[in-house]
Amino acid sequence: MYVIVAGGGKVGFALSQSLLANGHEVLCIEKDARRCAVIVEDLGSATFQGDCCEVSVLEEAGTGRAQVFVAVTGDDEDNLIACQVAKRRFHVPRTVARINDPKNREIFSILGVDATVNSTDVIMSQIAQEMPTHPLTQVVSLRGTGRELCQVEVTERSPLLGQSLNALELPGESEIILIVDQDRKVSTPSSGMRLHAGQIVLAVTRGEDEDALREALAGVAPD
Amino acid sequence: MKFLIMGCGRVGSGLARSLTDEGHDVTIMDIRQEAFLRLPTLFRGTAIIGSGLDLMALRRAGVEGADVFIAVTQGDNRNLMAAQVARHIFHVPRVIARVYDDSRAEIFRELGLETLSSPRHVIGLMREMVFGQPDAQAETG
Repeated sequence: MYVIVAGGGKVGFALSQSLLANGHEVLCIEKDARRCAVIVEDLGSATFQGDCCEVSVLEEAGTGRAQVFVAVTGDDEDNLIACQVAKRRFHVPRTVARINDPKNREIFSILGVDATVNSTDVIMSQIAQEMPTHPLTQVVSLRGTGRELCQVEVTERSPLLGQSLNALELPGESEIILIVDQDRKVSTPSSGMRLHAGQIVLAVTRGEDEDALREALAGVAPD
Repeated sequence: MKFLIMGCGRVGSGLARSLTDEGHDVTIMDIRQEAFLRLPTLFRGTAIIGSGLDLMALRRAGVEGADVFIAVTQGDNRNLMAAQVARHIFHVPRVIARVYDDSRAEIFRELGLETLSSPRHVIGLMREMVFGQPDAQAETG
């Protein structure tokens, strides 16, 4: 598969390396000449110096035959425009953009980028999962549904403690889909099960119901 | 008419000034406060610090009621992104973006934005100054 990686910073460089290692044809486009001199040592002829938003650069890079175009520079507007140019002018079937500012996620999806990876959100949720005191963490947002999958640890303070799982009244359209008991037994909610402190619950909820869900399961009021 | 201008450089500030002089309702945004030094001391429009790529800042600047949105920052991609946000998220009736790269301007023109490629216009005007009659001369080279 021919993959173009726009941006040769830490992310673009590591991504290009791993794609090459997996046997793909890769071209990493980087604007800065000094940065190019560094990455060319490792990526060799898979390095290309130029502005990834310029039509002439993309033409020379053979964007027309790329199956995937990934834009991972540090500037959201550059990632957006590069993906749009790749898609509209060169008809690349799949474009993927890195988003640095989480606020831009909505904009990118409305403006037609096929997929986005929000580096700030990924890092934040990874760190949050490592925090023992953090009662609710987003695991993944389910694109196009307005819902997200999140993980909540049930605590002694939960007002729903001891209640039957299939009778729980959760905020909004929140739904529990998986329970991990303290002994690491994983089960789907069934009539006999009750909510206990120490359980980890995986639930699907809307963003606006997140605080209420956290309060219901972990007993922690929104901060 | 209600104008929202993003970027208070030479073009943005000059445009804001002439539009307010004609009695239009003008709001101008820039991310740097010092950019507003370019505005006349008794500027009758509104100047707002904020990015035209930020939905909250755009709302604060009144994008929802604007008739015309004009993006004239130094960055082509910033202008194109903001113009698309104004058009497709806030449905501003007329959206104009200044773009230095002519081929990029063309792609987004096809996507329904009004783009103005300044080098192309400057080149045209310069040819006109030298040769007169731009169209006849442009064809013969």
